[in-house]
Amino acid sequence: MSWASELAGELVCRPLGLVALTGLDTTYNAVHKAIWDSFCNNRRSDRVPLQFKVCKADHEYPKCKQKRTSYEWYIPKGILKTYWMHKHLQEIPAVVVIFFDLDWDEPLWRERQMECATRLEIVRNSLQGRNTKIAVVLIQKNAPLPPGEDLMAAERAVSLCTSCEISAKSLYVLPHTDHLIGYTMRLENAFYEQAQAYYHQEARKVKSHKDFLNKTTHQLLFVRHQFKSAFFNELKQDSHTAIKHYKQAYGYILDLRMHDTNMLEIKTVAGFINYKICRLSFQHNAPLDAIAQFRKHIDFFKSKTGIPELSFEHSAWMSKQFQVFGDLFDEAIKLGLTAIQTQHPGFYYQQAANHAIFRKQLCQGLCMQPQEMKSADVITDYLGPVDFYGQRKWRQGHQSIEPPDLQKERDGILALQTKERQVDHSWLIIPLLSSAVAQFRKYKSPRMKRFLMVQMGEEYYHAKDYIKALMLLNKVMWDYRGERWWKLLTSILEISLKCAYLTAKAQEYVANCMELIGRYSQCSHDEKVRIQMNLIRVMSHEPPDPEPGLDQSCIEKASSIWTEFRSKPTIFTIEMQGLIPFIETKACFTSDAVSADQKVNIEVCLRVGCPFPVRLSKLLILFTNQKYNTYCVMTDRIGTSGASASEMDSGDLYLKPNEPRVFSFSFLPLSEDVGKLIEISSLALEMGSDNGCCAVLRWTGGGGDNLIQPAGPTRPVIKSTVPDMPIDWDSFLVNPAVRVNPRKALLEVKVEHEPPCLLNEVYSMKLIIENKEDGPIQGVRVSLGLQESEENQDNATQVTADISEFEGGSPSNSCQTDLGTLKKGQKVTQQFFVKCLQSGTRAIVAMVSYSVAVVVGRHMITCECQAEEQIFLLTVRPFDVSIKLESVKFETIEAVHSEDPFLLTTDIQCSSPWPIEMKNSSISLVSSEFISTACDDYESQIAGVRLNKSDCGAECICLVASSCIQPSVSLGTYTLEWKRHTSNSKDLPYVMTSFPLPTVNIEHIPITVHVTLPAFGRVKTLLPLSYSVKNRTPYVQEVQISMESTDNFMFSGNKQTHFRVLPSQEYKIHYNFFPLVAGQVSLPRLHLDMMRYPGTMDDIINKMLPTHIFIRPNGKIPPV
Amino acid sequence: MAPGQQTKMAVCVAVIAKENYPLFIKTVTTDNELKFYYTVHTSLDVVEEKISSVGKNANDLRELYLGLLYPTEDYKVYGYVTNTKVKFVIVVDSLNASLRDNEIRTMFKKLHNAYVDMLCNPFYKPGENITSKNFENVVIAMLQQD
Repeated sequence: MSWASELAGELVCRPLGLVALTGLDTTYNAVHKAIWDSFCNNRRSDRVPLQFKVCKADHEYPKCKQKRTSYEWYIPKGILKTYWMHKHLQEIPAVVVIFFDLDWDEPLWRERQMECATRLEIVRNSLQGRNTKIAVVLIQKNAPLPPGEDLMAAERAVSLCTSCEISAKSLYVLPHTDHLIGYTMRLENAFYEQAQAYYHQEARKVKSHKDFLNKTTHQLLFVRHQFKSAFFNELKQDSHTAIKHYKQAYGYILDLRMHDTNMLEIKTVAGFINYKICRLSFQHNAPLDAIAQFRKHIDFFKSKTGIPELSFEHSAWMSKQFQVFGDLFDEAIKLGLTAIQTQHPGFYYQQAANHAIFRKQLCQGLCMQPQEMKSADVITDYLGPVDFYGQRKWRQGHQSIEPPDLQKERDGILALQTKERQVDHSWLIIPLLSSAVAQFRKYKSPRMKRFLMVQMGEEYYHAKDYIKALMLLNKVMWDYRGERWWKLLTSILEISLKCAYLTAKAQEYVANCMELIGRYSQCSHDEKVRIQMNLIRVMSHEPPDPEPGLDQSCIEKASSIWTEFRSKPTIFTIEMQGLIPFIETKACFTSDAVSADQKVNIEVCLRVGCPFPVRLSKLLILFTNQKYNTYCVMTDRIGTSGASASEMDSGDLYLKPNEPRVFSFSFLPLSEDVGKLIEISSLALEMGSDNGCCAVLRWTGGGGDNLIQPAGPTRPVIKSTVPDMPIDWDSFLVNPAVRVNPRKALLEVKVEHEPPCLLNEVYSMKLIIENKEDGPIQGVRVSLGLQESEENQDNATQVTADISEFEGGSPSNSCQTDLGTLKKGQKVTQQFFVKCLQSGTRAIVAMVSYSVAVVVGRHMITCECQAEEQIFLLTVRPFDVSIKLESVKFETIEAVHSEDPFLLTTDIQCSSPWPIEMKNSSISLVSSEFISTACDDYESQIAGVRLNKSDCGAECICLVASSCIQPSVSLGTYTLEWKRHTSNSKDLPYVMTSFPLPTVNIEHIPITVHVTLPAFGRVKTLLPLSYSVKNRTPYVQEVQISMESTDNFMFSGNKQTHFRVLPSQEYKIHYNFFPLVAGQVSLPRLHLDMMRYPGTMDDIINKMLPTHIFIRPNGKIPPV
Repeated sequence: MAPGQQTKMAVCVAVIAKENYPLFIKTVTTDNELKFYYTVHTSLDVVEEKISSVGKNANDLRELYLGLLYPTEDYKVYGYVTNTKVKFVIVVDSLNASLRDNEIRTMFKKLHNAYVDMLCNPFYKPGENITSKNFENVVIAMLQQD
């Protein structure tokens, strides 16, 4: 009985004061049309809250009733008249505005003034007894003059007011100029003030009645008057006063005498007032007040059911209350209110849905006697518009406790029940649930959302929309499985099974059956037996028995669809991953890794948890590499039907409840998978037969309890295969992958070499390979190279099999060669050459790969094998070379003098453990224009020398620097050509090692002094000496020389002299020395001073000159 | 409340595992058991929310008693979470106005003690459904008897 609980439209809309505009001809007069449009069009929220209505000048307003002066004998017939709100919203204006075309300079002023007064009189008469305000607006063509200037206007305005009997405040002028909307707004504001005054007055008028009321007979009027006051205040836009009056009205309602006959009326009006209070509370941003009011409202009325025969009416009302409050709450949230997880509109929608569900149940209990149905025209006699909200049509205005006519009462109830029967409750419940779902999703309550979705699914099921029900239930089942609430899952599955049966969806039906007979299903044993029998029927392409508790008509419809199912074969695949079915699988490889020539073994364990044994038709294992799929198929030999347990053999797929069985498969890995993983992509079981009904059950990966047990460590236990031992399901662990390793090589690889390797030399390594296989091996490929790792990626190691490659390009750091086929027991040697350009230890890997044919079982397979040998090679420096610059006196020098010869000495210290053979050495002078050999061309002094460990070889070369401007010159390089000298090194080439020569600084000396001196002198024998001073500058140089005297010599010649030397010329000074003592004797020092560079030359000159000379004593044999 | 007329209080008592599956649920009557299952299950939404909002600050000592979870029309649902995240849910009839917060706390405390006693049994594997007779008797003592 929804009509009584509906909220009236006048209640739900926002109350706006009504203003009637008269005297506007909006059809034929463009000016009037423009004025009307400016009032009613584009009313945004910033305009005043008024409603405008165009009326004719002689419009009849509702007649005002004679106001009673005393309530003494008055007994009210109801609480709230249905017409009242409409009347004040739409029909009785607060202000009537009379528009009149009249300019101040109107020539026929008197006549027009009369006409205006007449119009006013008509309106006044029509509003007899009402307080409606009247205003006159003069529409004028001319713009008004500033106030006080238009004397005629002032005078005529006064005369108009008097003749119309209105106050000057109620007379307005509207010039229709460009600024029409501005004038309209000002008029509007003036009308709004008048309207507020009107509604204020009306509210006070209602309030004034209060004094005449008494509590015994006028209880209803207390409610009515408070409601009216509140409503007028709402029209006045004073919502705070309005809510105060509504609250008072609500308080009076609770005081009313309640009995079955007036319960509907009280609840209806209480619902209205509650709606207003809640709505205004939300509007005043006091949601807690709204919630508290609603709580109070529900708590008070929830037990006030009314007539038991019409209790569905109460549920409908309750449902509506919750729904309306939910809507109000939701509206407030949209306007910025925040809700929380435990207080949001969803709860109210949910409760509304619950009451709607309850209403449906009551309806089914109360209204389902078919013999007592009323026909449609009889119903209209009992239902329809009434004068007071919530009253029964057949006893309107009746306020006594007992119904006046019992027969009529019975017929009325029957009419209502008949009406209720026609309601499709499911379509009331589903939208409520769906609103609630949306709210709970928003407020983070996934489980509540799912529960509501289950309810929705159930409701769709009741509404016979089985497809939607199935879809919805399937969506939520997964979560209940995941959280392991078996009881809830079972109850959902039961409904789902019914839906699947009624729509004859074989796939869903089979899937639901499988779960319901599984070990976690909470069904009773008998129920499981029944379901499994149905499952067996479907799998043998027979229609199942109907589910219990279904309508006969639905069953008939369903069985016709099932007949269709029988007519053609059906094959479908069920993904078992998301289900918890009666049959469980586990697959495992028996080992983690196999060699390429070994068989891969797989075991599959199957277990069923249903009451009866099950026969499967096929077991398949599918791999990531599909080539293996054919190896792992097992087909039941006996077939799906007519088999007895005694015929069991190894090829059958007959599973007894709670007796796990293991099926084994094996195959050889393919060569393409060597070094990779073989993985089980899925397991599949087939039930039924291809030409009937066939269900393919598919598990991804290795099966197992992926929902219940998390994927933990999957190390298989090694099982003892004692035949009679029952298989322990739990110890059987899933292992869905196996690694295929290459076959172990039967090959001997030896490396012959003589470590350590010397830096830069060509180092020989010999690989000796021996075939130890049982047969010949093919495609032998040998490689030698640096171990491939990141730190080894340099170019300092070169490997080649061909020695000449070192001369051409630079070989890479590994090298491989093909050796072709090796016979059984054959031995081959392969030589490689290595050149290391940096010292240190490196890992060198020698690798031999080949293929060999192997017989495994009855198969001949080709295996790729690989043998590897790793050598750590130490590289050392063969020798150290030190290079020095010396003066001709073998003194180490920092700088050389231009045009003075100097010496370059090289010391080669051998540090190699092997003897080193020097073939040659050479010097290449980079800047030969500055520095050249002093005399002959260079000739190696160590060619052909052999150095043992710690031996040292030295070379000395005399060089001279020409005079040049460059201060320092790089000399060039020193190159040695060498190889190791061992018994095996004959064939090895010599290698060149270069060393950089130092850079020399060249000093330019202006003069040089040279002394010609014999090798030795004799005591008391003349020793002639001549010093020659050479000028190397292009200028004349003035030189002063003095000779220091010593005790060792007597000498003749200039002790001190002064001379000039011409450019590039030489000056000689001769001395005769007479040695006095024998031995290594110091010569007298020559001091030289240049006039141009005083005091600087002495030390430089002294370095050029010999300091000592050997003087022989006189022998016994006198010289001849 | 006088000590003599001690009324039994709860209509449903549930123990939920850390992973949110039921370990034990007992209701007063069996005819609308399913409804209580749903009530308990949906109340986990609020429990989860309450736990996660506290969990942000690790130093906070969380109170085990969570208080009223859901304000439903007919029942009041209270929650309690142990430190190992095992949840206790007690459903009380809304009409039973005499029940105060303190009494609910006491009930949870009793339930927790019974649970701990049950857990001490070396033959009980944590995570299994609770079948202990003693525990059941404690729960039955809490349930309302019509």
